[in-house]
Amino acid sequence: MSSIPALVIEDLVVRYGDAVAVNGVSMTADAAQVTALLGPNGAGKTTTVEVACGLRAATSGRVRLLGAEPGTRAVARRVGVMLQQGGLYPTARPLEWLEYLARLYPTHADPSELLDLVGIDPSTRTTTRRLSGGEQQRVKLAAALLPNPEFLMLDEPTAGLDPLARRNLLEALAGRRDAGTSILLTTHQLSDVETLADHVVVIANGHVIAEGTVADLTGANDAMSFTGPPFLDLARLAGSLPGGFRAEELRPGYYVVHGPPSPQVMATITTWCADQGIMATDLAVGRRTLEQIVIDAGSEPS
Amino acid sequence: MSGVTRVRAHAGWELRLLLRNGEQILLMFVIPVALLIALRIMRGGEIDVQVPTVLTVSLIATCFTSLAIGTSFERRAGALKFLATTPLSRLELLLGKALATGALAALSFAALAIVAVVMGWRPDVDWLGLGAFVFLGGGAFAALAVLLAGALRAEAVLALANGIFVLLIVFGGVVFAAADMPPAIGTAVGLLPSAVLADGVNAALTGGALPVGALLVLLAWGTAGALLGRRTFTWD
Repeated sequence: MSSIPALVIEDLVVRYGDAVAVNGVSMTADAAQVTALLGPNGAGKTTTVEVACGLRAATSGRVRLLGAEPGTRAVARRVGVMLQQGGLYPTARPLEWLEYLARLYPTHADPSELLDLVGIDPSTRTTTRRLSGGEQQRVKLAAALLPNPEFLMLDEPTAGLDPLARRNLLEALAGRRDAGTSILLTTHQLSDVETLADHVVVIANGHVIAEGTVADLTGANDAMSFTGPPFLDLARLAGSLPGGFRAEELRPGYYVVHGPPSPQVMATITTWCADQGIMATDLAVGRRTLEQIVIDAGSEPS
Repeated sequence: MSGVTRVRAHAGWELRLLLRNGEQILLMFVIPVALLIALRIMRGGEIDVQVPTVLTVSLIATCFTSLAIGTSFERRAGALKFLATTPLSRLELLLGKALATGALAALSFAALAIVAVVMGWRPDVDWLGLGAFVFLGGGAFAALAVLLAGALRAEAVLALANGIFVLLIVFGGVVFAAADMPPAIGTAVGLLPSAVLADGVNAALTGGALPVGALLVLLAWGTAGALLGRRTFTWD
């Protein structure tokens, strides 16, 4: 698998007035790979994608897409984009919309075949505003695939799709990736990420807090977690644990003990809680899930 | 794949959607024809004055009201934002919109002129003068339309564009000439783009002396609208 970066973002900062939407994001998306951008709502994912496709100007930092400045025509004809919200003419029919778009690109796929591929009848006379949310998503995906792009940017592509359509879309994206297309996607469907992503970047409060493969992220942090009353004296808990273990309160009342899990350490934690007169609940051992990582990201201090 | 191809593609696309929209047809064809018939019934004679008035109404409806509302709803739907990710540049998009709007204005003009001729209108046309006023007047109103559509929510644009349209037609020197108003009011109204456009179109279709200064007023409105619009326009 190639490791040439198709997208390089260095120290990206985007401000809206006094608000900082993106605060120093640096990441890469390698060629012919699926890179997933994860994070809680408001983390800066969509802003990062919009800068990467040239829709929004960076306050500072450097972005290179397919080796060039995003937003230039030379890049735009090689990139397919699916926006999180909107992106269709409400009074247009799907096929005429794609046929119009095809006239903007030097090379493109067949609009009818693409609509067939995403499960929309090319002969439908229904305008896009009368399509269901899932059907609108599929038309948007077809528009993104139309230029046979080298780079696909998909912001929440599976939102509103039924399970079958979602599976078909994931298969289609995997096929594109295997054929050499680089894909950057943001999503809250973490099972999609586990199925599809080669590389995951987690952002919170406008900066990257973790990145790697799914296995890296879920396996690198061997940990035990529990919930209890907030603001426990973790220094005393740490003193009870073997050397090298570390305890932290990721959000009020949610505690993580970092270190290799073992029966002895679990017993130490529960004994310590009992000594404090505390009932530890939701005791969990082992790998974190992507969901937990995103929840933890949402608890990151600004 | 040249810029000309993309501009033509976008102009054709806009025109296709515009001609399919019943509200647009009502605004650009039905209302001006109804206005012409109403003026004929209420005021009788003076068809030489009434037709230029109605043509001005039609031009403002096409280049301002219809364009502002259409663009604001395209913006709300995220369609313009998506197009910004394609090889269609902002300039090509605007040129395509301008071509489609111009074609629509021409269609509207032609339809109204045919109705007027059937009613007995026999104009004394200064084609160069008419072209200059229609081009600069249409351009000024289009710039103001994009200014409005690019900065406000679609619902606000819908209300404002219709409200401003009615105010300009009734009080903006179109149906009632600025020269017939009290001097203080007439002077101010006479600087509105609607009033100078109405004066210019009227002069160009009745063999009158062209108010050349009015062209500068239209140019000023158009330039101000375009410069402000460039600063305030956002994709979403």
